[in-house]
Amino acid sequence: MTPATWPRDEPLDERLLVLDPRAGDWRDARVRDLPRHLSAGDLLVVNDAATVPASLPAVTARGEPVELRLAAHLGEDRWRAVLLGAGDWHTRTEHRAPPPPVSRGERLRVAPELDLLVEDLDPRRPRLVTVRFSLEGAALWAALYRHGHPVQYAHVDRALDLWHVQTPFASRPWAVEMPSAGRPLTWALLGDLRARGVHLASLTHAAGLSSTGDPAIDAALPLPERFDVPAVTVRAIAETRLAGRRVVAAGTTVVRALEGNAKLHGGELVAGEGTTDLRIDASFRPRVVDGLLTGLHELGSSHRQLMQAFAPELLLARAWAHAEERGYQDHEFGDVCLVLPRLTPA
Amino acid sequence: MELRGAAALVTGASRGLGAAVARRLAAEGARVVCVARGGEELARVVADIRGAGGEAHAVAADVGDKHAPHAIAGTAAALVGPIELLVQAASTLGHVPLRPLLDTDCEALEQALAVNLVGPFRLAKLLVAPMALRGRGLVVNVTSDAAVAAYPTWGAYGVSKAGLDHLGRILGAELEGTGVRVVTVDPGEMDTAMHADAIPDADRATLLQPDVVAARIVRLVRAADSVPNGARVEASAWDGRSPAAPEPGRDLGSG
Repeated sequence: MTPATWPRDEPLDERLLVLDPRAGDWRDARVRDLPRHLSAGDLLVVNDAATVPASLPAVTARGEPVELRLAAHLGEDRWRAVLLGAGDWHTRTEHRAPPPPVSRGERLRVAPELDLLVEDLDPRRPRLVTVRFSLEGAALWAALYRHGHPVQYAHVDRALDLWHVQTPFASRPWAVEMPSAGRPLTWALLGDLRARGVHLASLTHAAGLSSTGDPAIDAALPLPERFDVPAVTVRAIAETRLAGRRVVAAGTTVVRALEGNAKLHGGELVAGEGTTDLRIDASFRPRVVDGLLTGLHELGSSHRQLMQAFAPELLLARAWAHAEERGYQDHEFGDVCLVLPRLTPA
Repeated sequence: MELRGAAALVTGASRGLGAAVARRLAAEGARVVCVARGGEELARVVADIRGAGGEAHAVAADVGDKHAPHAIAGTAAALVGPIELLVQAASTLGHVPLRPLLDTDCEALEQALAVNLVGPFRLAKLLVAPMALRGRGLVVNVTSDAAVAAYPTWGAYGVSKAGLDHLGRILGAELEGTGVRVVTVDPGEMDTAMHADAIPDADRATLLQPDVVAARIVRLVRAADSVPNGARVEASAWDGRSPAAPEPGRDLGSG
């Protein structure tokens, strides 16, 4: 499948592959048709995390250039991050030069007013580091926005601006990559969904890095991620389930937040913040989410594994082949797929 | 809306009405992010609020800068959580001293539009959608009677504020039923640095103190549910003595 290389002008015209695991079939549609494939009383849950400009150029104490990609906010001025060697997104991540060795206690400089201390290195994956910035609060955030760039990959045409990687409802900057399933959900489309009787709710989930180029780190992705599920969303989900309607996650991060939250609480969804290291694959039985809106994810990716919890791989593979033949595009600016079982007759 | 613990963002917060609103909101228990082009005045407002036991954060940014809004909105939400109240008080006059429209540089008009209209649009665009998904929120845009009356030499400012008024009306119409409200408030003539720039020889005794108007705006914020979405109102209706809120559907600014 070819990747989408730039955000398209009219998200509503993008392709929507509607996959029904109950019927074992699929059909082609457009994003603007989404309301027709949901029913009154269904609940669409979105991730309202804004995307942090998480790629920071830095130099070591010896003057060697590195790229720091923020991976997870650990609180205040501390972040988990991945180090890459000289170069930038133009080079495929797996072809990037390794970073020069850094040691615990070393200082890296991002800008005259911002440096960071390497507090810790992962013993098995030394490119995965814990860092502490020299600024905090509003001053740190201002510096991150001033010097950081969106994390991006070689399939994208040009350097991205921050607004290219925000969903229409982005709020707290928790995600280090765009929670991309939310990207085509324009205000007009949300209005059409409301008019259809579809309910909307939000949560915040710290979407992590999708790839680092380091096989040892990539095998461990996704790393533990932070989430916050508001009480109003917990109530909306309970009401939806009580009414026999469907809870639809807009994106794999929403699935991880909801299922991860429930797993932490013995199967019950509880409002509030938490951290999940839940890995979802074909063996996982979802307890909260009935289906999801997501990108087209290739075999072998953790996103595809997650999709296998909602539809058998045989069906996914056949639908994927169809989408590829029809010219669907993948990656963060690509087309989307709704995996959702039809409502059973009451 | 309930102000204790509310996450608020105030632009133009380094002086005048913006600073007074930020102080008042913090005194009521709101967690306030103060935005202004920065420097010492902004730091002083934040230090004052903290000194009085309130919560405030300084974000130095120019709302007229295309690249600023994501940093402002992201920093604010990172510091105090999803924003529930946005007060847009940042303004620029254009040329000082004021000039007739035909003597106004096109760039000065563009700058007034950038700060007084496009900047508030950008911030509202970023902050309103997450409010709507959470089912509540309030945007208060600060306007002027120069948006309604045709005062000679107030062209750049008046045109931009008229645009802001109508932005509020249309946004309010589009937000009907979402739990998010937009209110455009005319503060009245105030004793501020901006007023002195515009009318240097004004009799200051006839002007309202910004803190008096800020108290009115805080009353308006508390009672915002009674204001029609998108309405343009006068702050004097919330002076604590008036019967307050306008009747639903009545738009005070159009008369």
